[in-house]
Amino acid sequence: MSRAPRVAVVVFPGTWSERDFAHVAGLLGWEARLVWHASEDLGGPDAVILPGGFAHGDHLRTGAIARFSPVMRAVEAFAAGGGAVLGSCNGFQVLTEAGILPGVLLRNDHLEFRCDWQPLRVERADGPWLMGLTEGETIRLPISHGEGRYYADAAVLDRLEADGRVVLRYADEDGSVVPDANPNGSLRSIAGIVNERGNVLGLMPHPERAAEAEVGGTDGLRILRALDAWLVAQPAAAERRL
Amino acid sequence: MRWLAEVHVRLRPGIADPEGQTIAGGLRSLGFDGVAEVRAGKLLRLSFEAPNREAAEIAVGEMCRRLLANPVMETADWELRADEAAAIEVLA
Repeated sequence: MSRAPRVAVVVFPGTWSERDFAHVAGLLGWEARLVWHASEDLGGPDAVILPGGFAHGDHLRTGAIARFSPVMRAVEAFAAGGGAVLGSCNGFQVLTEAGILPGVLLRNDHLEFRCDWQPLRVERADGPWLMGLTEGETIRLPISHGEGRYYADAAVLDRLEADGRVVLRYADEDGSVVPDANPNGSLRSIAGIVNERGNVLGLMPHPERAAEAEVGGTDGLRILRALDAWLVAQPAAAERRL
Repeated sequence: MRWLAEVHVRLRPGIADPEGQTIAGGLRSLGFDGVAEVRAGKLLRLSFEAPNREAAEIAVGEMCRRLLANPVMETADWELRADEAAAIEVLA
């Protein structure tokens, strides 16, 4: 690899997970840069991360106001150009409001805020974030949200399934996708999806909170670390980084 | 001219509304046995400038389409009226 991956971590007013991502960036040897939402300059990154939190206090709807921040013009262009984007929790909400990913995240069906370790079934293991995982395996990531119920109309859901764009589902410890294992009422137990090209991942769980054994798991590190291998395999990106 | 709009943002039919269900349960537990269903939504009151009613209608529609309601799961309708008090201020 020619140089360390350069990762832009976007910060909106109310974002709170950017420091955890910056911490993991240190573990992985990334060059991470916190980018304030008012800036249109991402700094020529190799990847963009939209972290969790409560951008704009979740006022009106989660992510509804954040999607209009100047930085989102740059994020949309970066995603459209095939760049690696990861939106976790509030970041996933912002991606759906911006129309970069389909559907919407609604209030949890039981109205509780759930903060817990959550088993997930890996439905697909390719692309910048998932290529270090194995299709069909069960991983564990923390969830921490009150509005994580994934919703899209039936036609959109069927197309997501048919195109293999549902990449993570809520499951029990054995990897069974059953209603009891669904922490928020998401349709089809959807925990994470990708865009058509596969370069943008949106997921409700927090990979940045499962990056060290001391906190209880490292499946999140496996997700974030995959970026390095993906970048090496991208010819255009490799030229840019020499 | 100053206009006042009351915008009602509602969940689309068919989308589960656990807040509404909880409120319905609360009403029933208070003895209102006849409560069949509650759907919770949002009321937004807007005060804004527009040259005439047609322009005001178009503006509210655009505000709903671009920000106030997410068409994936919400619909919006509104009532619009001229803000008489502001008109009086202007004439004075």
